[in-house]
Order: sequence, then structure tokens, then C-alpha cells
Amino acid sequence: MSTQLILFFILAVIAILSAIGMLVSKNSVYSAMFLVLNFVTIAVLFLLLNAPFIAMVQVTIYAGAIMVLFLFVIMLLGTDMAAEGISMPWQPPIAILLSGALILEFAFILFFAQQDVLPQIEAISAAFGSPQSIGKLLFNFYLLPFEVTSVLLLVAMVGAIILAQRETG
Amino acid sequence: MDPALLVEWLVKSGVIIFLILTGFAYLTLFERRVLARIQVRIGPNRAGPLGLLQPLADGIKLLFKEEVIPDKADKVIFILAPVLTVIPAFVLLAVIPLGPEISILGRSYSLSLAGDVNVGVLYLLAVASISVYGIVLAGWSSNNKYALLGGLRSAAQMISYELVLGLAFIGPILLANSMSLKDIIQAQSRVWFIVLQPIGFLLFLVASIAEVNRAPFDMPEAEQELTAGYHVEYSGMKFALFFMAEYGKMIVVSFITASLFLGGYLGPFVDKLPLLGPIYLLVKVTLILFFMIWVRATWPRIRYDRLMALGWKVLLPIGLLNIIITAILVILVGGY
Amino acid sequence: MPEDFLPIAVLIILATGLSFTILLLGQIFGPRRPNPRKGSPYESGMRPYGKGQRRVPIHYYLIAVLFILFDVEIIFILPWAVVLRDLGIFGLIEMGLFVAILLIGFVYAWKKGALEWD
Repeated sequence: MSTQLILFFILAVIAILSAIGMLVSKNSVYSAMFLVLNFVTIAVLFLLLNAPFIAMVQVTIYAGAIMVLFLFVIMLLGTDMAAEGISMPWQPPIAILLSGALILEFAFILFFAQQDVLPQIEAISAAFGSPQSIGKLLFNFYLLPFEVTSVLLLVAMVGAIILAQRETG
Repeated sequence: MDPALLVEWLVKSGVIIFLILTGFAYLTLFERRVLARIQVRIGPNRAGPLGLLQPLADGIKLLFKEEVIPDKADKVIFILAPVLTVIPAFVLLAVIPLGPEISILGRSYSLSLAGDVNVGVLYLLAVASISVYGIVLAGWSSNNKYALLGGLRSAAQMISYELVLGLAFIGPILLANSMSLKDIIQAQSRVWFIVLQPIGFLLFLVASIAEVNRAPFDMPEAEQELTAGYHVEYSGMKFALFFMAEYGKMIVVSFITASLFLGGYLGPFVDKLPLLGPIYLLVKVTLILFFMIWVRATWPRIRYDRLMALGWKVLLPIGLLNIIITAILVILVGGY
Repeated sequence: MPEDFLPIAVLIILATGLSFTILLLGQIFGPRRPNPRKGSPYESGMRPYGKGQRRVPIHYYLIAVLFILFDVEIIFILPWAVVLRDLGIFGLIEMGLFVAILLIGFVYAWKKGALEWD
């Protein structure tokens, strides 16, 4: 158990540092790479939670696919142009306000309402995160969300095509 | 943690790295010799008997070359990019069983680092999807317009063919009911999946050649239009790392093809003599590698727009169709 | 289960160490005589013109979006493929519907010329 705890803290520190690195990087390509590191670290955290399927999906979709899109978009805009950026003076105060609220919320859950907020879960089997059990769950109990996902993907596809079309006229 | 276990992992990791490194060195020689023979030449035969020391000579030459970093390059990413490209080539082999379980001194060892993880195929997809970055970043950080274009083209090519690769994975999974490479190989004990999945096998072969940027899909090396693609500005050991990544990935892809469709380490008498397993696997891998070299010697490079059209308009629909047909047959016939 | 992935971590650490060692070897043994000509971008011997990093066509964006969507589709198909035998014909219909809806999008992309490369 204690090795898991040590691993968790190391990973948590990497995750937080990479998130900070992403925020403070002047160059947007560096930001993107810090975000990739962050996603991969989160994936390893999923592994620690006995969810290998989710971990691999996290790497494939987030770190592998979505961040490639980000990189392409950064290069589409031109990195030097993205670096100059558009200054948004209203952004920092709102960000500080919202993140402050989030931290307060975390603190409340952790220190004051521990017993009530976290639901009691019975012990789960070792095969909980396996592809087999995920498949059975997804295609029996979560059938409707699964089918709705395809409509969501369809909308995204049409949207992207329309966005790109307007550029070329 | 058990120290004996750690030693076992270290030894296995060492074997995998050794396999890729020597495989890379001798694959380059093998390729040059085979290409030469096909083109009625002799090929490198001066360094050592049969030219066997040629890879070593090449390595030493690259070691003593100056490494030029372009003045306007982004230094950090320029240096990190080859490392990011080569690591996936090493770690992919972790989930592939190199042989059946063998017992030495009363303890049984499995001949793979993590061959029985239940998400093996997904691990391969995940690592493959990460390996795009090294190439894009190499192109971007070089501050060279040809390198940037080459990097982007290779990246677009790799992600397009990754889809075909993903679809081709699904046939064997449907037949084996599992994503673990170990189960997929054992499901082929009666009949290899190349017989049941001929279309899937062809799809996988084409997509994997495109995924490792090999001829006839070698956009990065389209020297006529892009000088040399994403690695124009690289020299010395950094160039060697890119080279190693390409050939390492060729080897790994052959291991994956052999495991998914050609029965992996399976063959006659493997259950009696387990040590035959790795030998069978190596023979199959060598045959696939020979095929890839043969393809390079035979086909001219395909134009970039045709390459993307082939991926999206031909292979992707065929891949989907293959899955649907396989699924229907699996339901109708049940077992096989 | 997490223990199964520990050996992979060992391999990743070894591979990373090896790659950096190779880089370091090149640094140690290679000569270092930079000059402005060597540092300029290589353009087949022509005098370099323009900027090295330029904006790229929007087409790459489109390909990346389509890639994400089909990648998600494949991720959904994978666990389905593992349990198809248990689901039976019901599972076949489920996935048929899912793929059919996505195929509408695919045909739309094709007709709109999003798969064309010019």
C-alpha cells in the first residue's frame, strides 16, 4: 500500500508541475507539450486506480489525438502570432475568483464534510476495470448514452467541416 | 517488492532493448544487401566477412560527426525530439509474448515483459499515438520550412493510417475475445488468423508500412520535394536516433503482425520444446521484414494526395466493412 | 493489476536512459566548429528565403478532427469486440446503429470534399 501512496504523491507533483508549466509557458508549443505530459501522468494515476482501460484511452484520445489537433491548430495560427496573443484584461481576476472558489470547495469537502459527501462504496472486484466488464456495462446498462455519443460525434464532424469550409469560401 | 522480480524485469527489458538495437543494426545491412541483390548489385561487403561489420562502421562514423544545431532552432525541443521518437520503438515490444512459458530450475518464466495485460492491443494503440510528437516537433523546431512541411505531412499520414491500424486490430480481437496479445496468440493454436482475416491482414500490412513511414509511403524522405523531410537539419547521433526509431519500429511492427495474424511463437512441436517458440517468431518476423524491403525495391513512391485518399477513401471503409462482416460471422458461426 | 504495468515502467526508464546516453556520446565524440553557414537552414544549397516557421493549411486541422472522431469510434468498438459473443445479435444491432450514424458524417465529409487533398 505504501508504495502506491509514494507513487501517487510523485505523480501528483508531476501532474501539478506540468499543469503550471503549461500555464506559464510563453511558447504555445511548450504549453501543448506540458499538457501532453499532464495527460500521461493522469493516465498513470488511472493505472494506480486499477483502471487500465481508462488509462490507455486517456493516452490514446487525449494525449494522442486531441493534442495533435492542438498542435496543428497552434501551427495553423503560427506560433509567433499565438505568442503575442490577444490581451484579455478581464481574464485574470475571473480566473483567480473561480479557482479560489474551487479550492474552498475542496477544503470544505476534505476537512469539514468528509463523512457525508464521500459515498460508501463496497469493495470492488479486481476485474472491475477490465475491458470485459467495461464492455458488458457499456453495452447493457449504458446503451442510450453510448448511442447518443454517436450523434454527438456526428455533430462535431459536421461542425468542423463547416468551420473549415468558410475559410476557403 | 521482491528483488528477484525486479531482476527478472531488468533482464527482460535488457533483452528487448538488445533485440531492437542489434535488430536495427543488422536490419540496415540486411536491407542494403537485399536491395542491392534486387537491383543486380552486390551491396556493402567490405567491412568484415559478408559486410557484417558494416553497421558498426556506420555507427562509429556517425559518432564522430559534428552535430549541427541550426542557429534559429528551438534548442530544447530540437534535442528532445529524437528521444521522443525513439522511445516508443523500444517500449512497444513490452506487451508482445516472445515465446510460451518456459521453466528453468523449477520456476516458470513467461517470455514477455507484460504479455498478459488485458489491454495489450490498446497499449499498442496508445504508444503508437504518442509517437507522432517526436516527428512533428522535429519538423517544427528545426526552423526550416521543408522540415516543418515534412513533419506535418508525416504526422497527418501517421494519424490517418493509425485509424486503419486500429480497425485492423479489431478482427483478431473479435475472434479471440480478448485484447491481451497472449490470448490472441493462443486462440490461433488451431488456425492462424491470416486464414480467417485475410482482408484484415492486408489492411494491417499496408497501414503498418505507412505508419512507420516506409516506402512506398515514405513521405519524410521525399527528397525531391522536401529535401529530406522532418530530419533535414539533424546530423550525428541525433540523426542516428531517428534512423534507429524508423528501423526499430519496422521490427516492432513485424512482431505485432506476426503475433496478430501469423500465430506469433506458435509452430510445430512448440508445446514439447518451448524454446522453439522464439525461433519460429524470429523466422516469421524476418520474412515480414524481407517483404517490406521487397516492397521498397519494387514500388515507386505514391503521391501525397493519393496516399491520403487511399487511407481515408479506400482502406477506412474496407476496414469498417471487414469488422461488420467478421462480427456477423462470429455471431452466426459462433466458434470457428 | 497496476503491478502488471510496473515492468513496462522499468523498460521505459531504461529506454529513456539509453536514448540520452546516445545523445551524450555524440556530444562527447563529435567535433564542434560552428559557423554562420552551418547554422543557416538547409535548402538544397539555395540561399534560404522567408521565415522557417510558417502558417500551415487548414486542411491539417480537418484531418485531425476527423481522426479524433474515428479514434473515439475505434475506442468504443474495442470493448464491444471483446464481449460480442456474450451480447449476441443484440450487440450487433447496437454497434450497427452506432456505426451507421457515424457513417452519415463520413459520407457528408466525403461529399463536402473534406477528404480531398489539394
